[in-house]
Amino acid sequence: MRHLLSINDLSATDAIGILDTATELARINDGQVKKLPTLRGRTIVNLFAEDSTRTRISFEAAAKRLSADVINFSAKGSSLSKGESLKDTAQTLQAMGADAVVIRHSASGAAQRLADLEWMSGSVINAGDGTHEHPSQALLDAFTIRKHLGKGASDLKGLRIAIVGDVLHSRVARSNVLLLSMLGADVVLVAPPTLLPVGVENWPATISYDFDSVIPNVDAIMMLRVQQERMSDLFFPNSREYSRYFGLNSERMSVMAKHAIVMHPGPMNRGLEIAADVADSARSVIVEQVTNGVNVRMAILYVLLAGGPLEVGSN
Amino acid sequence: MTTQRFLLKGGKVLGADTADLLISNGRIEAMSASITDESATVIDLKGSVVLPGLVDLHTHLREPGREDSETVASASRAGAKGGFTALSAMANTSPVADTAGVVEQVYRLGQEAGLVDVFPIGAVTQGLKGEQLSEIGAMADSVARVRVFSDDGNCVFDPLVMRRALEYIKKFDGVIAQHAQEPRLTVGSQMNEGVVSSKLGLKGWPAIAEEAIIARDVLLADHVQSRLHICHVTTAGGVEIIRWAKARGIQVTAEVTPHHLLLTDDLASSYDPVFKVNPPLRTERDVIALREALADGTIDIVATDHAPHTSETKDCEWAEASFGMIGLETALSIVTKTMVESGLLDWAGVAQRMSTAPASIGRYAHHGQQLVVGAPAHITVINPTKSWVVDRDLVLSKSRNTPYHGYELPGLVTHTFFAGQATMLDSKVIDKAVQ
Repeated sequence: MRHLLSINDLSATDAIGILDTATELARINDGQVKKLPTLRGRTIVNLFAEDSTRTRISFEAAAKRLSADVINFSAKGSSLSKGESLKDTAQTLQAMGADAVVIRHSASGAAQRLADLEWMSGSVINAGDGTHEHPSQALLDAFTIRKHLGKGASDLKGLRIAIVGDVLHSRVARSNVLLLSMLGADVVLVAPPTLLPVGVENWPATISYDFDSVIPNVDAIMMLRVQQERMSDLFFPNSREYSRYFGLNSERMSVMAKHAIVMHPGPMNRGLEIAADVADSARSVIVEQVTNGVNVRMAILYVLLAGGPLEVGSN
Repeated sequence: MTTQRFLLKGGKVLGADTADLLISNGRIEAMSASITDESATVIDLKGSVVLPGLVDLHTHLREPGREDSETVASASRAGAKGGFTALSAMANTSPVADTAGVVEQVYRLGQEAGLVDVFPIGAVTQGLKGEQLSEIGAMADSVARVRVFSDDGNCVFDPLVMRRALEYIKKFDGVIAQHAQEPRLTVGSQMNEGVVSSKLGLKGWPAIAEEAIIARDVLLADHVQSRLHICHVTTAGGVEIIRWAKARGIQVTAEVTPHHLLLTDDLASSYDPVFKVNPPLRTERDVIALREALADGTIDIVATDHAPHTSETKDCEWAEASFGMIGLETALSIVTKTMVESGLLDWAGVAQRMSTAPASIGRYAHHGQQLVVGAPAHITVINPTKSWVVDRDLVLSKSRNTPYHGYELPGLVTHTFFAGQATMLDSKVIDKAVQ
């Protein structure tokens, strides 16, 4: 595997290999060894052509813990904001000898273009492209679900997971539907019909417009960020009505199964799609998702740049 | 002008009977089973098909304004290469072709290039803005004698503006060529809305956005008894509406592009903007409906919508890229592949849809005529037994945005004669200076 552009690039075995590698790296990390020498001398560029805090920091931390040199390249103040094309930027990075580029971009398919056009020879890791995919987020979500609900299994067979909110514009939802279903979970998408894409009936997921009927029957609820500006595009009448039907509040949380967890990729709109007391509750694994994110991204870099998954039980 | 004589020997006229044609003084001087003429240049066409010169009703020549992507001269060469003897220059140039001055300039540039007739299309509204009618009468009365009006690239969306335009052009037997795209349903749209767009996360372009305008406009054309032409139909639903309108006697004609007869929206999975086009590539079901509609006459013509773009506007992210693909040099081969090889059309049917009917819609008097003695010698020769491989680095267009790079296509266009002049011999374009 050279690039990680889409969950479609992975087989179930590949995905489990990344999750197992992340588990191993987490174990090593907990044993106080914060830094591994694996990628010493390698250069990883964070090319963030769209604002992002947590994903960029997460990849940066992951790369540094593997001893790679990290160059951050953000849209603001860079040549990207001065109208330089993606092609020119990529060729510049290539000239600087990047071994991998982690790219976040507002255009769907930007990561694939970077990889397909051979503008550069290194690995391309998609850190979110438009409304297409965000594979590292899906992998960290699967990792978190497996850790809490997996009962020692390597995959997610038999688990039911609800993804709730703005599926139409969500790269997190697209990657998660592909990955979670590939790992054997049943995925149900819950959203107002306006926020589901035409064609969603062909996705490996079921659809519901009725959040309340779904809540008691799932093992995990993944809330998606809803942007306030969607209102002006007529996707829903106003934020209060959205919250009333699709927000996760404490009343709704109270009918969840005892073991069920609450997830959110962040950043949250507290009070819109998720109530503050739910986000901060014992069921919430939202902060842990961030921690797991670093380990999973270390695993991705490890698999792509160090030649394959880490053997279980290694040191 | 030279008065070179050509004797075309042994070609199958419209793919049927073998005949010799003698071309002289811009006309077909003789046509019979066997002609001998010692003063003529003899061209052996055994195995080839002789067609009337192709007429394109929808071409973007980009001049004036974007001469970096195409000029009237370069498009004329690409046209000759593809077997065309007439092109129709779309109005979305810079400045827009919304005055007599601009259309006369484009017309004159076509005459100077001398490889095809270039018939300018006039803008329906000033600056293609959809608000005020452009100088339609002045363009019709100009040297360019404009009869086709279109805001192509933009839809004439305001129903009142469309009604007035349809009425106004009746004065001189004009036609409005509508780019059917409901603008509110296609804000920021990137590709056909459906299964593929949902997966790729590219904003969908629903079929209904095209069909709603077609439905409205056939009713308007019926109401004011005027001529409507629908540009680049892409959907099965659009075909159904046009079929209904024709059955009702409404004066509507329609075109389909070669690329919509062959390519489908799953090609967007590569995110390669060479497949980004307006209107977008649709589904297999639509492609089949379009082929059937072209065969049964519901869709009257094939038009290229040749849309050259410089590489920097295609060598980028999908959402950033321009819409459009070039098509003059591949059009007849794509029609051969999709319509002739499939048995849906014979060569007479191809001649009707790529020469006679488009010339008739545009009121291009000297084009699209039958191949008979005395007719203007606009002639295209295709060898259907030969195939060729498309190479974007070898196109004559100034732009290289062909979606068929590397495709092996059937049917090699070998000769084109424009008003008796050879504009292409043995697949080599002969520039006017050489003639």
